[in-house]
Amino acid sequence: MLSQRPRPDLLGGAAVARPDERRIDAADPDRTRWADARETVWNEPVTKPVAQLPQHAAGSAGTRSPSGPAGTYLDWASTAPLHPVARATLVAALDAGWADPARLYGLGRRARAAFEAAREQVASLIGARADEVSFPASGTAAAHLALLGTAAARQRVGRDVVLSAVEHSCVLAAAGYATRDGGSVHEIEVDRAGRVDLSAFTAALAQPGVALASLQSANHEVGTLQPVDAAGAACAAAGVPLHVDAAQTLGRLDPPARWDLLSASAHKWGGPPGVGVLAVRTGVRWHSPAPEDERGGGRVPGYENLPAVLAAAAALAALEGERRDEAVRLTALVERVRAEVPQHVTGVQMVGDPDPAGRAPHLVTFSCLYVPGEALLAELDRAGVSVSSGSSCTSSALTPSHVLVAMGALSHGNIRVSFGRDSTDADVDRLLAVLPGAVARLRDEQGARGL
Amino acid sequence: MSGELPALRLDYRGQRCPLPIIGLARRIGDVPAGAVLELLADDPAARSDVPAWCDMCGHDYLGEPRPGTFWLRRR
Repeated sequence: MLSQRPRPDLLGGAAVARPDERRIDAADPDRTRWADARETVWNEPVTKPVAQLPQHAAGSAGTRSPSGPAGTYLDWASTAPLHPVARATLVAALDAGWADPARLYGLGRRARAAFEAAREQVASLIGARADEVSFPASGTAAAHLALLGTAAARQRVGRDVVLSAVEHSCVLAAAGYATRDGGSVHEIEVDRAGRVDLSAFTAALAQPGVALASLQSANHEVGTLQPVDAAGAACAAAGVPLHVDAAQTLGRLDPPARWDLLSASAHKWGGPPGVGVLAVRTGVRWHSPAPEDERGGGRVPGYENLPAVLAAAAALAALEGERRDEAVRLTALVERVRAEVPQHVTGVQMVGDPDPAGRAPHLVTFSCLYVPGEALLAELDRAGVSVSSGSSCTSSALTPSHVLVAMGALSHGNIRVSFGRDSTDADVDRLLAVLPGAVARLRDEQGARGL
Repeated sequence: MSGELPALRLDYRGQRCPLPIIGLARRIGDVPAGAVLELLADDPAARSDVPAWCDMCGHDYLGEPRPGTFWLRRR
């Protein structure tokens, strides 16, 4: 399907021509050669990479069956397959929503109206006003803009950043970058469950020179919910703007109640990749760290990815009706993993908050003694089970997960299992069927049997 | 770390995780209960994995008197 040429009747005459095609016309004696060259440029790079992908893996059916082409997909905290509503919206919008939303003719105005409706939809689902929301190309870009734009606007107040020690690496990187010319990053310690020390967080806010604070809604590696509402109150009392990284919970839990800046990522809730969410509360001082651009409300430079934004908004709206039941269902799957993995495998440490009320519903992390995490990931992959790992025993990155280290958890043999809308008990059954053998084989290889 | 000397020193410098912890598990039985064991390891994971292992297996983690040197007491 992707190799089909765009239909001129949908895109309109001039819009069809790509820059490399403009010199082609019927009278050109070299037309055939041009056409051949164009086919090479236009078809091969598009069709060949796509042919590498498992067919139908993107649809919801692809992850459902353990014997399906996608196998048992247990890494929904990294990314989710496209929600069917997002898929339908994306396909429709690719055909109908291609016009420039900044232009004043009818096609452009209709594209702008669709964009504004999507923005309104997302805003209402995160408790924001539409003009507070924009769509960078990723959750990472959104977090970078949130921190750097606030730091830039508050230089006179201070240059320091307060955050938890277990923030996503993109937030830690942005904080480091924001303070590169002065200022410090105050990383607040977490407890054994991975929850930030709220009193230490609050005390750090009261120090002079704090430009901003940042706290995730839930940890991306262990699922622990952070006290974002209490942190928001403490930030308000201290007069420090709070950025909340809601990437793991948007579309799964109620949006955080108190934030000054919020970032998230659509591909984690079943929207297409290429859509982040950045919300900046009205009245929060924020200066673009990039050159001002007329598009993106002055916050996100460049041409809007309209079809993907429409699809992302449609998926988030669709999830609003199902997410409460889903949270209950996925919590039960997580509880099975927490209870049953230690019954099947010796020397396992369950990581994170044992209380389901203190966790995001969809993910669970555990570590297996005497086993390199990446090797365990590869063993499970061979059995058709896709998970992620916070270990770095064999990777080129020498440092183990900063989250596990901050929690004082075992950092080797680590596996993160995460669920989504296609996950069922059969996926847990499959994991439990292959995990004990995989761990035993690796312990044998390491000479660690019977320890 | 109250002036008490380790009964055994294990040197796993240059070994990647989880090998230092595997070595520790294999050799902990070589010292009597209550004795102190010293582990040398320069893998960055050791700093979290030695105390985490002690916690899981019921031994007392005594601390890191020098960077890369870990002391624990067999239970």
